[in-house]
Amino acid sequence: MTFQLIVTRAASTGGTMRSTKHMLATPRLMACALVASAIAATPAAAMVTHASDTTTSASRPPAARDASDAYRAYIASIQNGEPAAGANYAAAKVKKIPAFARKYGLRCSACHTAWPELNSFGQAFRDNGYQLKNEKDSPIAQSNGYIPITVRVTPQFHVERATKQLVDATPGDASSGQAERTLTSHGFDLSGMDLWTAGTLWKNVSFVALLSSDNLASFHFEAVSLRFDNLADNPWLNLKIGKFELDNMISEKRFLFLSDNGGVYQTYHFSAPGSSVDFGIGDNQLGAELSGHSLNSYTRYSVAVLSSNDGDPSSNNFSSYDANFNFSQAFDGGKMGVERIGAYAYIGQRPTTFETSDGDPIAGTGSNRKTFYRAGFVGDFFLHKLEFLPYYLHGNDNAWLAAGTGANEPLPDGARDASWNGGFLETHYHLNPQLVFTQRVEAIRMSQQAFSDMPKTLGNIDAYSFGTRWYPFMFSRAGLALHGEYSLVKTVTGGQLPTEGPTINVWTSSLLFALDFDF
Amino acid sequence: MSRVARRIASIAALAVLTVVAFANGDAQTMHGLPREGRGADTMPNKRVGRPSVGKEEYTRYCAGCHGDRGDGMGENTQWIDPKPRDFTQATFKCRSTPSGTLPTDQDIINTIRRGIVNSNMPQWRPLPDQMQADLLSYIKTFSPRWKSEKPGTPVVIPAETPVTTESILRGREMFQKFECWKCHGTEGRGDGPSAAALTDSKDQPIHPFDFTSGTRFKCGTTNADLYRIFMTGLDGTPMASFVDNIKGDQGWDLVHYLRTLQPIRTPESTLWKTWLATHAAELKPIGPESGSR
Repeated sequence: MTFQLIVTRAASTGGTMRSTKHMLATPRLMACALVASAIAATPAAAMVTHASDTTTSASRPPAARDASDAYRAYIASIQNGEPAAGANYAAAKVKKIPAFARKYGLRCSACHTAWPELNSFGQAFRDNGYQLKNEKDSPIAQSNGYIPITVRVTPQFHVERATKQLVDATPGDASSGQAERTLTSHGFDLSGMDLWTAGTLWKNVSFVALLSSDNLASFHFEAVSLRFDNLADNPWLNLKIGKFELDNMISEKRFLFLSDNGGVYQTYHFSAPGSSVDFGIGDNQLGAELSGHSLNSYTRYSVAVLSSNDGDPSSNNFSSYDANFNFSQAFDGGKMGVERIGAYAYIGQRPTTFETSDGDPIAGTGSNRKTFYRAGFVGDFFLHKLEFLPYYLHGNDNAWLAAGTGANEPLPDGARDASWNGGFLETHYHLNPQLVFTQRVEAIRMSQQAFSDMPKTLGNIDAYSFGTRWYPFMFSRAGLALHGEYSLVKTVTGGQLPTEGPTINVWTSSLLFALDFDF
Repeated sequence: MSRVARRIASIAALAVLTVVAFANGDAQTMHGLPREGRGADTMPNKRVGRPSVGKEEYTRYCAGCHGDRGDGMGENTQWIDPKPRDFTQATFKCRSTPSGTLPTDQDIINTIRRGIVNSNMPQWRPLPDQMQADLLSYIKTFSPRWKSEKPGTPVVIPAETPVTTESILRGREMFQKFECWKCHGTEGRGDGPSAAALTDSKDQPIHPFDFTSGTRFKCGTTNADLYRIFMTGLDGTPMASFVDNIKGDQGWDLVHYLRTLQPIRTPESTLWKTWLATHAAELKPIGPESGSR
């Protein structure tokens, strides 16, 4: 019997199981791709082949691995970000659906504090399965001419800047050695495009089909789901099946940032240095979700069972399951507004070994599974026109996952669980329904590295963004936002040059001006 | 699975089970009626409204249909049927007060919360009480009637009489006598001989309520809500007030009969089906050539 251990930081080959979609809005990846050749000279022992149940390493024995391997593997994994993917701006992820406004004759502002962010009424509408429950929800109650389709795309001008990028010391001469430079690029660009169709098939049967593209119009299924609403006339029982966004109280799909650096929550996509876990709590997942809510949606819960593949149908990680739990409670804050607090937990597992065929892993045959979890709390507080969105996450990866080691072999010396704390505080000032100012401060701190001798700060991230959106008109047919944003991210990564210490700070920034429209 | 992960899973599962168990208790249907419009919709809102704040919220939530000037001429009005309320006339369908009078503040709050079925008026239940009060205070700026008149005195609804076959039969006689069938149809389907010609106070076509749809009523869900509707009438529509024609317990008789027209499980419908199984032949049909049973 032949096994192959799949450890995801395959530095020697440049391969990685880390989903490229995590990288869509992280320009540091685009820049770091330039250093791939340099790091390839010091491969980490990441891909291990098993023959006849005896572990052998393709490069070095596991026992010889050390912290240096781990964080160099981490760096190598970063290098594999695809430059083209880095240009796919997060605007393609953000959701607002004027098809609903057209159906019900409501202005965007009825459901959105500032689109695409939902307000309490929009949340209840979504919880009801995109229904107002006025007996006009079924498509049979609509004109034959009504087709629930929305298109969203965002032409833009942007400036991207990244420090400490490895380049050839002499341009064009690969043998000239390497040096670090600050790289800046700017120009007109496009976001990807969302092609939405969503609504009801019948009363209490709702659906979503969302095709998203990159800026070259290469489409994929971002979300496809069918939901049975109000089972047994009970709003506490709704069942959704398909690929969908986790029930995150602060949705990355409906937030107010679009730039390359600011257009993602770092906390939602963070991976511990060296870890093989391919999960982002902001990624849409494949599975089934049972959810429920009170009539006004002030009390909400959801429980989901999800395939362990981070929503990627091409992943090998079938035949095992993760679980996600969410609960939130809102309060009538009087003149302040609706205040909401919530808690969540995601518990996942990943196989560390597979059956193989000709050396390739066979999908669905994973074994020696190990667990990871993400848990924390979240809030949405209003102080008149000022909105605060605090978010906290604690992450933990089992030692085998954190160290990238098959669980059918001993852990390397010094290997242990990786854990970290992350979070952000986002603030919106809604001057009026057509003008909003935003800012967000975010931080991630490793509390325990996978190896005791790894630098404590490796992987830490600090991010700050601010911006504004102005909606020159607001009615029920279409939407346009003039969007301006600046974002700045500091990432602690491994030293790249012999003269550097074990870690360096890489700064990346984005400046974005965009016309964000949908119809 | 690690110990910590197991612990989190256990706590989360327990929490969910608790919520669902609690929810199931809350989910018991009342007479098989839809859940909307019950309980919280009529909870008193004693907040003091702020028109200046309400104006902004009105622009956000209401103006698309009701218009910036409150005249029911928002940009969506051309596509909406039935047409949105014209606040400049201060004429409201759903009231607890006599026909022709202004509604109470709570009447309008109730309408905001439960919406109006079969229209584009959604249930604004998720809006906090203060915001609802602010919207109310701003809506009242559109008509001078709110400065010169006071709301009417709410119609008194007597205690409901027992549901009996006799009560239902008396209600059926009233349905015939007051010619309810002319608009609502002999079977309550909203397809009576006059239905096609009905218009509202702005000469817009309007459809009588179809009891067989099984939906909640325009102005509530409970038997008391239904009693109130034909005592106060729906101002601005052809549905007149019968307060001068229907006295006391007679109203409950009519309520009990109308409940039997709905395809939902109610005490009235259960009793009526049992009675019909052996007495259907005794009934004369509802309509122009009929009378009592």
